[in-house]
Amino acid sequence: MEFVAISLLNGITYGLLLFMLSSGLTLIFSMMGILNFAHASFYMLGAYFAYQISTWVGFWPGLLVAPLLVGAVGALIERYGLRRAHRFGHVAELLFTFGLAFVVEELVHLIWGKSSVDYKIPVELDGALFTLFGTDFPIYKGFMMLVSVGMLVALYALLTRTRIGLIIQAALTKPDMVEALGHNVPRIFMLVFGGGTALAGLAGVIGGNAFITEPGMAAAVGSIVFVIVVVGGLGSLGGAFIASLLIGCIQTFSVALSISITDVFALVGITLPDGSQVARLTITQLAPVLPYLLMVAILIFRPRGLMGSRES
Amino acid sequence: MNPALLSRGRLAVWGGCLALAFALPLVLKSGFVISLLCQIGIMVVFSLSYNMLLGQTGLLSFGHAVYYGLGAFATMHLLNAIGKGGGPLTTALLPFAGGLAGLAAGVLLGYVTTRKAGTTFAMITLGIGEMVAACSLMFPAVFGGEGGVSGNRVVGKETVLGFSWGPQVEMYGLIVLWAFACTVAMFALTQTPLGRIANAVRDNPERAEFVGYDTERVRFLMVILSGFFAGIAGGLSALNYEIVTAETLNAHTSGVVLLIAFVGGIGFFYGPIIGAILVTVMQIVIGGMTHAWLLYFGLFFLFMVLVAPGGIASLIAVQRALWQAGLFRRMLPHYLAVALPVLVLLAGLVGLIELGYALLSGDAGVGAGDTATKVLGMQLHLNAPGPWLTALAVTGIGLMLTRWIGGRLGVAWNATLATLHGDKQ
Amino acid sequence: MQNPMDGVAGFKTFQYLEENSMTQSKFRNLAIAASLALMGSAAYAQVKIAYIDPLSGPFANVGEAGLKGFKEAAEILVNQKGGIMGQKLEFVGFDNKGSPQETQIQLKAAIDQGFRYVTQGNGSGAAHSLIDAVNKWNERNPDKTVLFFNYAAVDPTLTGEKCSFWHFRFDANTEMKMEAITNFMENDKKIKKVFIIGQDYAHGHQVAKAAKEMLAKKRKDVQIVGEDLHPIGRVKDFAPYIAKIKASGADTVITGNWGNDLSLLVKAAKDAGLTARFFTYYAGGLGTPQAMGASGENKVLQLTEWHMNVPTKSTEKFALDFNKKYPGVWFYYLRVNTMVEMVAKAMNTAKSTDPKAVALALEDMRFPAENGEVWMRKSDHQLMQPLYISVFAKADGKTVKHDSEGTGFGWKTVASVSQRDSQLPTACIMSRP
Repeated sequence: MEFVAISLLNGITYGLLLFMLSSGLTLIFSMMGILNFAHASFYMLGAYFAYQISTWVGFWPGLLVAPLLVGAVGALIERYGLRRAHRFGHVAELLFTFGLAFVVEELVHLIWGKSSVDYKIPVELDGALFTLFGTDFPIYKGFMMLVSVGMLVALYALLTRTRIGLIIQAALTKPDMVEALGHNVPRIFMLVFGGGTALAGLAGVIGGNAFITEPGMAAAVGSIVFVIVVVGGLGSLGGAFIASLLIGCIQTFSVALSISITDVFALVGITLPDGSQVARLTITQLAPVLPYLLMVAILIFRPRGLMGSRES
Repeated sequence: MNPALLSRGRLAVWGGCLALAFALPLVLKSGFVISLLCQIGIMVVFSLSYNMLLGQTGLLSFGHAVYYGLGAFATMHLLNAIGKGGGPLTTALLPFAGGLAGLAAGVLLGYVTTRKAGTTFAMITLGIGEMVAACSLMFPAVFGGEGGVSGNRVVGKETVLGFSWGPQVEMYGLIVLWAFACTVAMFALTQTPLGRIANAVRDNPERAEFVGYDTERVRFLMVILSGFFAGIAGGLSALNYEIVTAETLNAHTSGVVLLIAFVGGIGFFYGPIIGAILVTVMQIVIGGMTHAWLLYFGLFFLFMVLVAPGGIASLIAVQRALWQAGLFRRMLPHYLAVALPVLVLLAGLVGLIELGYALLSGDAGVGAGDTATKVLGMQLHLNAPGPWLTALAVTGIGLMLTRWIGGRLGVAWNATLATLHGDKQ
Repeated sequence: MQNPMDGVAGFKTFQYLEENSMTQSKFRNLAIAASLALMGSAAYAQVKIAYIDPLSGPFANVGEAGLKGFKEAAEILVNQKGGIMGQKLEFVGFDNKGSPQETQIQLKAAIDQGFRYVTQGNGSGAAHSLIDAVNKWNERNPDKTVLFFNYAAVDPTLTGEKCSFWHFRFDANTEMKMEAITNFMENDKKIKKVFIIGQDYAHGHQVAKAAKEMLAKKRKDVQIVGEDLHPIGRVKDFAPYIAKIKASGADTVITGNWGNDLSLLVKAAKDAGLTARFFTYYAGGLGTPQAMGASGENKVLQLTEWHMNVPTKSTEKFALDFNKKYPGVWFYYLRVNTMVEMVAKAMNTAKSTDPKAVALALEDMRFPAENGEVWMRKSDHQLMQPLYISVFAKADGKTVKHDSEGTGFGWKTVASVSQRDSQLPTACIMSRP
């Protein structure tokens, strides 16, 4: 029971952070049809910008400024790079973001060096929020949850309550129609790309000090974010939300299960021949691979994802 | 079979390439260059096999290294299993076993991945690639863990026609033979009905389906065949390096082959060959010169995507068309005129990047912020503004000149293209 | 490019003659060098060692730190003291990008450029690749042999089943390190329940196996309450692993993790208020102290051949100068210095820079290193050296005189193991030329 409660908390916190990352990617994909391979690079940029700002004026201004800066960088990249690549089709766009990820990582090396930087949790947020069954729950994790839920609410309000949000929503499903109605779709694209990358930047600001700010951080989360977007359903924010929480919890709980594949089969009455390496693998060992398994399974059995409405 | 396959011109080109490949080590005797050539040969097969998917069938795969890696591991295990029982001839034929392993993997994974094309295919291959890569470290008995699996390609003292495959240059000969055979086979495949239908499935799947072809099956077949050739490439790499590690089947290898094919040009059969040569040389030669090579490489790739999405091969093809139409002479002065400012711009950019690397990451051997540091062979004071301003000025001038002269090139280019296509305005 | 004035080694070495009190043999070497320098360019030849390690990509920071260490050690410990028979020792970086295959290409490049010595350390994969390639090269080119100095790849098999006459290791291997850790645990009766966590690859497996076998022998009463392997470099949030360790009631965690996998583990432990102690191999350097910061205080122990607060004759100054000269890179590898000095000594004793002669001179060499006397065992070419167990503690200017990587925390020795006690039997059956 204790363990379930603690794991659930851990899973939800991690899931919410994943949602911050994947929401931007989902928005971009659903609007522009671009699978932004460099999305995690913007997450990394957010962390580094926030680190830089925190060394000058502290953490709190960085929380606001860093995502905006990342968004501006994203918008510029859309305007002067991606839009050009767009003329050559989706593969070119995808490859553009693919190359961009390389370049961003190298630029980070160039500017901040190749080791990790000392991006600290602010003193106000250091410490334990409460103690549950003898395990501390850090304040910072609570803060992360707060920020991501706040972002979710703000995003929801923006999309459903404002004019621009309605246009974006309309463009999700019927871009041609929106364009025909006289809206400047390229500019909306730029806004969405900037906004999506700013969300990734925000995730970087609060994830960078919870984990470690270093040049490999983009590569570390890059593929898991794709998994979420695919599992949730391409273009579905709600799906991304559910998939984020699902994967956060799967990863947390699977770590807890020290049973091996042999045991799993034994549960249903099949005895596996002993000794093979596969049979001795435990669920814990498999934990980080499970999201990919889930993704492949989803793509085979339900290609439009949990909540998606289109197949590709 | 298409008679064009055996036309006199083509035979000459094929023969010329083969002769050139065999003649190279006679001229370039350095062991390093021969190693480089060996790697190029392997990458040619690997990237051509990749282009069977991306270029010919329109399938964007992020997990092609799986076939390459499995082929390599199969070859290595077989080499070690045969051990003393084999001989040089068996060793020479082993990459075929790698191909069969790739083919088997293609049957297994292709069945899952090829149900859908487009983004779904790309994503599934990404997922499967990640899964196989992660699993490879979990089964040290098969994949050798961190140390990988190693073997010795020289079996006993016997030789076949005087070859033991021990010296690198003999290995190079073997790679050339395999690479040539695979290239011919893959080219022949493009001329078969299957190759043609694959193109149709790429261009217009609905129509191909409507005409009566099972697109899923075509994709499946192409994945299997492409896995076969990727497996051969993997087998060659196993023999060449005599070690196979888990990294041969990870996402990085898959990414590299995608870059190679794209930079070379996916729309042309020979595109990936150009890409393999260019990228391998860049990786190893520029990588040996500067630690900023990944940045140069990334920038070059972005440049290619934005300016020449058809790859180097498309640039060559256009020039060839111009040449044949007698219009090349019209463009040549413009090319020459633009070359100078581009060189200036490049020099400025390289200067800036190298200065930055030397200052901020403390390039190997010199402390960050050292007063005098060697950059591009020059002894420079990094903390003084001089070198920076110079590099910045050169970049600025280069940029301005490139824009100006490049603009004129663009005008001339459009006019020439219009002439080429016959719609004189 | 070689500066022509630089090459006139005679001038510099004569200056040193006046400054240092010289032994007879050193004097002779210098005299030879000086006379050669006057004779012509042949004397400018340098003893060059190819450093084949990642200098770009994700592990570039580690590779660059090592290269700087080697260059500095060669300059200060060898070249400024007369060099090798008057020649300078030089390290040249070759970027293997962390890949075993690229390692072989770089080895070929180095051999092409006339290198007869290579050194490598990052990753046992690349080390296996290198040992294989060197063996094959030496077999196929007996007149141009190459020698491999390993300064950090710790897979026991490199000096065990796969040992080679052409390979020397200057770092203690996984089993020796675990022997030292478990010897310490044997006497620490507070330890009751142990949890083993590691990266799911060869190194992690070896650490887990060694820990279980040795604990079973030395402390039958200690209970191993859990063992987890996680994929290397893929776990972002270690909170669930920590929850599991906590639930198991472990008071001690043994881990072979390095880099982010270690820093994240320690951070997550602190977040959850886990009080267990962590016995580690790699908490001491290359960015990990910085990343773990206060969360490792009094909780993280490491096993190394040395740390900044082990008193030495001259390494303290060497390290402080190094840290000043290369801001952001912290001196970490004492064994690099040991290796450089031992190699120089072997060449000077053998009066040759031929790899085979140098290898023979290195075998069985005893050397007064800065961390105590070390011995290069002839049977497997594994260096035996004193080892230290230390805990991450607040720098107090006294026992913890120096902090680590500017964190305000440094290493405090809690136990040391003599060179003799770190010895383990070897499975090596070496074929000798």
